[in-house]
Amino acid sequence: MTSMQSQSAIALDDIDKKIINVLQRGLPVCVQPFAEIAQQLAISEQEILNRLDNLLDNKVLSRFGPMFDAACFGGAFTLAALQVAEENFEEITKIVNDFEQIAHNYKRDHQYNMWFVIATESQQEIAQVIAKIEQATGLEVLNAPKLKEFYVGLYLPA
Amino acid sequence: MSDSTYQPNAKKAEPLSSLERQYILLTQNGLPIIAKPYHWLSERLNISVEQVLNLTNSMQQRGIIRRIAAVPNHYKLGYHFNGMTVWDIEDSQAEKLGQIIGKLPFVSHCYLRPRKLPSWNYNLFAMVHGKSNQEITQYRSQIKTLLSEVLVNRKQQNAQPFKNCDMLTSTQILKKTGLRLKNKNVANDVTATTQEKNHV
Repeated sequence: MTSMQSQSAIALDDIDKKIINVLQRGLPVCVQPFAEIAQQLAISEQEILNRLDNLLDNKVLSRFGPMFDAACFGGAFTLAALQVAEENFEEITKIVNDFEQIAHNYKRDHQYNMWFVIATESQQEIAQVIAKIEQATGLEVLNAPKLKEFYVGLYLPA
Repeated sequence: MSDSTYQPNAKKAEPLSSLERQYILLTQNGLPIIAKPYHWLSERLNISVEQVLNLTNSMQQRGIIRRIAAVPNHYKLGYHFNGMTVWDIEDSQAEKLGQIIGKLPFVSHCYLRPRKLPSWNYNLFAMVHGKSNQEITQYRSQIKTLLSEVLVNRKQQNAQPFKNCDMLTSTQILKKTGLRLKNKNVANDVTATTQEKNHV
């Protein structure tokens, strides 16, 4: 469990910020992609690689690589929520997180205070996981699968 | 007002070729940080670099790969605040407004989802990110202005009005794991080598 406050911002210099911003937009598909970006930023290819390595080591970047549309994995997804009494919160968290099909789980400040993504191989398995969670927690699951997606992307200027 | 009025996104998952499956298995934890990452892939996929580049472009064009990019850690960049803004808007206007809200620069995800009355009356979700509570509150107000004409004034059975908007902020990450393609029909050693340099 990670407290939202536990990870503080890290001091980044201008070159780090430029690298983060350019690479959030995407890596060119060519033989030496970092050389192209290096040229854009007027630094060496090796410097980009070193800095990118450091940014991953320091966890300023959580990942670098292809971002796949989860739909192509052929599975099914839904966003679900529970209304959990504060005194049971820890216990219910454990029950829910123990399902390997739970990809993300967040505590949020609402009557529905636990929000999680269920990722499974099939639509059928979604229903099964929900039924099992309801059985194990005694709580009714709010199942909110996406009906329409307008935008998925995230650009956080450094 | 049935939720079936929305057409779910048409993008149907096409079956992956075995080469594409291998590509995903090799890179889903990340690309190695080296000068020629596509060479690295070509060696492991047993195809030429040109073929790797063509395959990569083709997977991007078909939407299998959204982009090849860095994913920042929000908190390390100072984005400590996120809000899941939720709205009860008229179904007939939902697609049009969803498009508009989804294009706002501070919105990272925007979806229509089903209501579950009476406990959940919101059908539009838009996630906003910012460096302060003030910032995300301000984003919420901007969205509210855009939606003001289409917010539903719904009454509960006891005649009390439902709220037609809210913002749920996260107070704790309880679990976070990446989505994974399961390694079936492919030799088990395919994924192993990518892990170390990829910091995942």
